[in-house]
Amino acid sequence: MKIAIIDYGIGNIRSILSAFENQGANVFLTSDKGEILKSDGLVLPGVGAFSHGMKNLESYGLVDVIKEYAALDRPLMGICLGMQLLFEESEEFGKTEGLGLILGKVVKLPTKDNQNENLPHVSWNKLNSNKVPWKNTILADTEEGSDMYFVHSFVAQPRDSYNILSLTEYLNYHFCSSVKKGNIYGCQFHPEKSGPTGLKIINNFIRMCEA
Amino acid sequence: MNKIRVVARIDVKNEFAIKGIHLEGLRKVGNPNTMARNYYNDGIDEIVFMDAVAAYYDRNSLSELIQEACKGVFIPITVGGGIRTIDDIKNALKSGADKVAINTKAVKDPNFIMQSSKIFGSQCIVSSIEAKLIKNGKWEVYTDNGREPTGKDVIEWAKHVGELGAGEIMLTSIDKEGTKKGFDIDLYKSVAKSVSIPIIASGGMGQGADAVELLENADIDAIATASVLHCKMESVQEIKNTLLQHQIKVRI
Repeated sequence: MKIAIIDYGIGNIRSILSAFENQGANVFLTSDKGEILKSDGLVLPGVGAFSHGMKNLESYGLVDVIKEYAALDRPLMGICLGMQLLFEESEEFGKTEGLGLILGKVVKLPTKDNQNENLPHVSWNKLNSNKVPWKNTILADTEEGSDMYFVHSFVAQPRDSYNILSLTEYLNYHFCSSVKKGNIYGCQFHPEKSGPTGLKIINNFIRMCEA
Repeated sequence: MNKIRVVARIDVKNEFAIKGIHLEGLRKVGNPNTMARNYYNDGIDEIVFMDAVAAYYDRNSLSELIQEACKGVFIPITVGGGIRTIDDIKNALKSGADKVAINTKAVKDPNFIMQSSKIFGSQCIVSSIEAKLIKNGKWEVYTDNGREPTGKDVIEWAKHVGELGAGEIMLTSIDKEGTKKGFDIDLYKSVAKSVSIPIIASGGMGQGADAVELLENADIDAIATASVLHCKMESVQEIKNTLLQHQIKVRI
């Protein structure tokens, strides 16, 4: 069993690698099409701006590879910006097209009077239920109200509410903190920085890749 | 309101964790990695590694330590001490740090805060400020781990680093640091009133009750402690329990 972490020149991936290794996964960094398509699970990490992320995926020639991988119905997980890239488009710095694997768009976190003062949202914050069952998902055996670590200014708004696996509240706004569509998952929080609960979520994903 | 973060601060000299009083008289207290893992396992929210002598010797050397820490510590890690170029930040992040704390370089060249926060994002840039009381209600900024006075006023400097794009301020009271006699509450009250970015209070905590006293009086986002944990006076869970008993929200 091999899990590929996509290396497209963005963000700090060492801690994601360490977290997967810590949970016993055979995990490797790659930007090679063949290796990606052969892997049993795929992780799309990322921090920073949406447009920068898409540009890098394009220049590494990975956009179609990820779409092809998703069509194989093997487990795929986007983390932070990686989750946002799964959607159709983002309004960050004008409109940028995303991977379009999940219907919906990415918008700036609504704040009071649209002030940027409270952004980015950098905090431990709770995972709340969206009445979508967590059983057999990456959130299996995670308790409602668990604290996860967030660092972001933008959030995904899935078109279909049933894709929203969990909600998290910031400044009275409930945003989608994790998403599921078939075998495609996304976490807005950083499971690799969220202590034992985060590791449990990574472990759940690894089990799916083994299945 | 965000949850109050409890942060373990580990000052490092060569390969040892060290602790002084008023940032001086440093003595070895253990292996920084073992300590970080223990605090992580006990529920700490963040770890800050500070190279205590880096600025003084004009170097920074924590990347190996960070790489090792990342294998067993799955929470945000900040690294500080001797960060003075964009490449230093790149190296720290590549080694697995999430944030860097910058003091001496920022005082010498304030634009460094602006430049680095533009490249890496504000969430990545922590302005570390060392404050020493000069008279009632007035504190001076120090650099080089409490060695060098700068003539700058702490409140004005704190406002300025916020404007330049720092995402957070780690504010250390040199007067209280290592004393275990409680925080300089006036300092944190004054600075918190003047800035909108989160403040990590560092220096003086001797028990959970000190944190309660601070948090009930000043709008602070995180408390950093070294002595309490290094000397095993209280565990992370004991500190958090004390906060919870006073209706202060923390990650459990």
